[in-house]
Amino acid sequence: MLVNILFYAFALVLLASAIGVIGSKNPVHSALCLVLTFFTAAAIWLLAQAEFLAIVLVLVYVGAVMVLFLFVVMMLDIDIEKIRSGFTRHFWLGIAVAIVLFLEIVGVVVARGLGANVDMKSGMAPVGAADSNATELGTALYTKYVYPFELAAVLLLVAIIAAIVLTMRQRKGLKVQDIGAQVATRREDRLRILQMPAEKKE
Amino acid sequence: MITLQQMLWLSGALFAIAVAGIFINRKNIILLLMCIELLLLSANFNFVAFSRYLGNIDGQVFVFFVLTVAAAEAAIGLAILVVLFRERRSINVADISSLKG
Repeated sequence: MLVNILFYAFALVLLASAIGVIGSKNPVHSALCLVLTFFTAAAIWLLAQAEFLAIVLVLVYVGAVMVLFLFVVMMLDIDIEKIRSGFTRHFWLGIAVAIVLFLEIVGVVVARGLGANVDMKSGMAPVGAADSNATELGTALYTKYVYPFELAAVLLLVAIIAAIVLTMRQRKGLKVQDIGAQVATRREDRLRILQMPAEKKE
Repeated sequence: MITLQQMLWLSGALFAIAVAGIFINRKNIILLLMCIELLLLSANFNFVAFSRYLGNIDGQVFVFFVLTVAAAEAAIGLAILVVLFRERRSINVADISSLKG
């Protein structure tokens, strides 16, 4: 019962902050609302006994991705008025599409719930006291999914390199030391031997 | 006890809100990126719900991978945004229509 009350409370906060993300005037407020959304989602995942992913969500999203978002939003000088000029034009279209989409999803969920083979109303499978979520996930990740796991690592490496290469710029006129050029220099580049007649000493 | 139905309704509502956000904030790339994050989050809700419902850990492994891809996507998307702003001094979507290879 307590779990249900908490679930509904968190669900309300989640949806309200999601509406805050899409409806707020200032991108900084949107980013902060998104932080609240992710935090509440982590709480709901905790209630659903997916502890490891909840913590990962807080660490990765709230800790890293959202800080990146906030950093970029604050770094760029955005003209909010110009960007929001089309806000009301597509407002009702967006609301209509969202309502239709939600009704369709709910329809599918309810229709499947009426079927005999899926019992939507029963709770989640109980978790034994012995096995922790992190242990289970780690076992699956390092045995069955070890190859996709390594691919994910490579993907992150590619993302790091891509982000650095995209944002790196070389300014003109900076005096920097190029060690490679220093090492690769040859005697002929630097030294010129002149042949000149020796002078007689007085 | 949270039922599967509750989680699916919540994820459906979140997905609908995020789609509405994409329609409403068509001019603002930053908000579009945030809406994509919300879409991925609602998909992750489904993965977690079914994983817990079926007692199968594989769904949560997929959430892990989705988080990885989403983090990479956010990093590269924001990097492109910074480069775009440096070039054009604006991040208006309408200005990118002149982008040609």
